[in-house]
Amino acid sequence: MAVLTVGVAVQRNLFSVVILSGIYSFLMATVLVALDAVDVGMTEASVGAGVSSVLLLGALTLCGGEEAKPLNRRWLPLLLAAVIVGALVYGTLGLPGFADPNAPIHMVVAPRYLERAVTETGVPNVVTAVLASYRGYDTLGETTVVFTAGAGVIALLRRRRRAAKGAK
Amino acid sequence: MKGFLVLRIVAKMLIPYILVFALYVQFHGDYSPGGGFQAGVIAAAAIMLYGLIFGLPSARRLVPDAVVETMVGLGVLIYAGVGLVGLALGGNYLDYFVLARDPVAGQLRGIFWVEIGVAITVSGVMLKIFYMFAGRRRRDDTR
Repeated sequence: MAVLTVGVAVQRNLFSVVILSGIYSFLMATVLVALDAVDVGMTEASVGAGVSSVLLLGALTLCGGEEAKPLNRRWLPLLLAAVIVGALVYGTLGLPGFADPNAPIHMVVAPRYLERAVTETGVPNVVTAVLASYRGYDTLGETTVVFTAGAGVIALLRRRRRAAKGAK
Repeated sequence: MKGFLVLRIVAKMLIPYILVFALYVQFHGDYSPGGGFQAGVIAAAAIMLYGLIFGLPSARRLVPDAVVETMVGLGVLIYAGVGLVGLALGGNYLDYFVLARDPVAGQLRGIFWVEIGVAITVSGVMLKIFYMFAGRRRRDDTR
């Protein structure tokens, strides 16, 4: 995955970038499956590798396949990226160890979900039970976000179409 | 891409299975990985594949724009409607326990409809974005 990331950064041809990021998404999906997060892995494979690759390719046919020449000052973005990476790595130091059973996230509501989800909701897949039932409000908000994204795309692109019609 | 025989045959063979898999992911999401979001994306991907191989106009004939735009809003309405039904039956908003006499059956019913709402909105939005992006080039060309 690191090789792919460097490839995406170095590659000037946007078509290769799209394909490489698709491969990256598939690798990410396998990592998620290895972490036993099959639901998320499925989403990553279908959305990240499938649909968004198609959409990016569609965008590429609109705007051409070569990346623009970089600006002269390339050190500022590099410095910024290094600072952000440093901050994120520093942040991960404060996280509990990987798969630590005493981590705070496993102490509050997770055991209750795991113990009682099947008897309370009758749904053996706890992920679905938590998503749709315990966290129903969050999922409603999520669906609304998707709806808003679609509405935004419709509003932006359709207005352009009307403007083009008016100009004719 | 209508000229590519192999692509057309393979797509024709694959698309029904992709759609069936989407339904499986949707309705078997209670027992196996998956759910509304994934099912919606997979169904949209099947239509996108159809559009890529057989051309955007035939995809638009198969799933017209009006249907897609209705789906975008309908899913959220179904989801919010489930919440309102719970409210009307004397529970809290998005309270599924009151949807059936048996609380567990109520939960199942609520989750079922909520997942359908999610799937409808997600596949509608994905398809709409695809139509929008893929359709612009053609309009620019015809101008």
